[in-house]
Amino acid sequence: MSIPEGPRANLPQRRSLSRRVTSWFNAHPRATLRTLLAGPLGWIGLVYLGSLLVLLLHAFWAKDSFTGKVEPFNWTLDAFIQIASNPVYSTIALRTIGIALLVTITDVLLALPIAYYMARIASPRKRGLLLVAVTMPLWASYLVKVYAWRTILQGNGFLGWALAPFGIEGPGLSEITNAWIVLSYLWLPYMILPIYAGLERIPNSLLEASADLGGRAGMTFRRVIFPQLIPALAAGSIFTFSLSLGDYIVPDLVADAKFIGNVIYDNSALGNFPVAAAFSILPVVVMIGYLLVTRRLGAFDSL
Amino acid sequence: MGATSHGVPAIRLEGITKQFGGASDAAAVAGIDLEVRDGEFFSLLGPSGSGKTTTLRMIAGFERPTSGRIFLHGEDVTDLPPFDRDVNTVFQDYALFPHMSVAENVAYGLEVRHVPSSERAVRVKEALRMVRLEGYDSRRPAQLSGGQRQRVALARALVNRPRVLLLDEPLGALDLKLREEMQIELKAIQSEVGITFIYVTHDQQEALTMSDRLAVFNRGRIEQIGAPAEVYEHPLTAFVAGFVGSSNLIAAEAAQALLGQSGRFAIRPEKIRLGEPTDKVGADEHSALGKIKTVVYLGAETRFIIALDMGGDLMVTQQNLKESSMEALSAQGRAVRLTWKRGHVLTLADDPHAVSA
Repeated sequence: MSIPEGPRANLPQRRSLSRRVTSWFNAHPRATLRTLLAGPLGWIGLVYLGSLLVLLLHAFWAKDSFTGKVEPFNWTLDAFIQIASNPVYSTIALRTIGIALLVTITDVLLALPIAYYMARIASPRKRGLLLVAVTMPLWASYLVKVYAWRTILQGNGFLGWALAPFGIEGPGLSEITNAWIVLSYLWLPYMILPIYAGLERIPNSLLEASADLGGRAGMTFRRVIFPQLIPALAAGSIFTFSLSLGDYIVPDLVADAKFIGNVIYDNSALGNFPVAAAFSILPVVVMIGYLLVTRRLGAFDSL
Repeated sequence: MGATSHGVPAIRLEGITKQFGGASDAAAVAGIDLEVRDGEFFSLLGPSGSGKTTTLRMIAGFERPTSGRIFLHGEDVTDLPPFDRDVNTVFQDYALFPHMSVAENVAYGLEVRHVPSSERAVRVKEALRMVRLEGYDSRRPAQLSGGQRQRVALARALVNRPRVLLLDEPLGALDLKLREEMQIELKAIQSEVGITFIYVTHDQQEALTMSDRLAVFNRGRIEQIGAPAEVYEHPLTAFVAGFVGSSNLIAAEAAQALLGQSGRFAIRPEKIRLGEPTDKVGADEHSALGKIKTVVYLGAETRFIIALDMGGDLMVTQQNLKESSMEALSAQGRAVRLTWKRGHVLTLADDPHAVSA
């Protein structure tokens, strides 16, 4: 009796274990959720936010002026005082924020007509081609694109050659407007795609209703399309604004100018971590302020 | 149809066609002539794809006709954009602006036309009163029920006092009870404001109930125009006889055997009397013998399908005056005599398109 029973007795036992686990999770949905999220949330909590916290702490630590070594847990506001008292830093901060705003506005103005054409006028075939054309630059390396712009902008580059017959010189590589142009180019797809998606969500009958009630194109855009695009504009502008705010390669390579990122880079290269950390808090604060303003405008109401 | 005695018609369509896609595709609207009188409640009735909505959209200006002209109160508006036409539309999906309150939605047309804000407030209030939505000014469309959204859409169009109001199946998304209420209300509002209503619907009951006159659309053409009773009592074509109410269509040999005539005919199921096989037949009556094949109990009435002894089926409906449901259902298989007045036989045109609108 005991011999034939062996394998048969084993099988149901094994099954019942996996079944018991499954049914336990089935009966405890919150535990299921916690188990699923433990990995990704742990990653975000420890690695991502943890490193941000260390950065934040660095800004309040002193630096031995003789050895140049950072002294952990020796609390001071020296780094912030150093930044606030040096006018160069505030100039750089204003320049960075100004260019980031300018890039955002430029991208909105460029993206609106392109996205409108893609979403509402183009045939499905053309729409597909345009979507590929818009996303294609994202496949190329960032550095390759910036160097391509260098060859366009430098004194004897493409732009100089094209402008020569009109007696105008190329811009060279030390104009701050170069940073504006190149950053606008780099982040344009991140503005077009959300606006395109936002426009596609507006039913055609709303535009017809506006026209039916007497609204011409401009009125329809201002009163019907634009208010419904605010979430999309907020999403797009968060990309263009924050990516511009954090960039330090473009200003260095095409404009010979310093952005917040360059200051952070230079200071950490010199081992002056508290100042680098203190200055890197600025874009974080600016972005938090920006998000609060866009939320105030109702940008996330329909998300 | 003849010339109107009311002067210039509110709408005149002359030879309107609309072709979507290539010339090989069937035309959505294949040549329509139509006159709608000022102040009329006029329905465009037809199945989906018959061209009625396309016709409405051409009147509104959302589509350009491939050929033909459109006149509003005598003025040729064929080439005018929607915002330059003195018509307003109530859309099938209501098309309310989701980011605006009810009052802002209703005020939109006035604001666009630069009506001063004091007058705007008065007119918005009046329009909301008319659709019985006082006190809903600050709600968002998302906070309203389907019927309330429908009323806002109506108020938003009416507040501009257009000379013609276009309604594209406005009650299509409402449940039956609400739809019947709104039918009565719409009709009351129309007589209050005295605006010409062009009403698109696929519901023949709705068109018959509400319209002063209606046009029956089929495959991009108008098969018949007339007052509801006229269209129902005297359908000109087999399509109209079948689509507006239900009909027994009789043609060819059956017509010869049953009616002693050749041609195409129709008899309404409610005009046929069901009796004993021994019943007498009057001089002004037709008659046929058959057996009850199917009984469908419909509450207020009962529908019988009768298999005729000479072959073929006829549908008969009877009011449930005396019979209970049990009695009606037990009639199955019984031999009966069908009789109907000669005058109730409807003569149809052979070729539906030979009928001129």
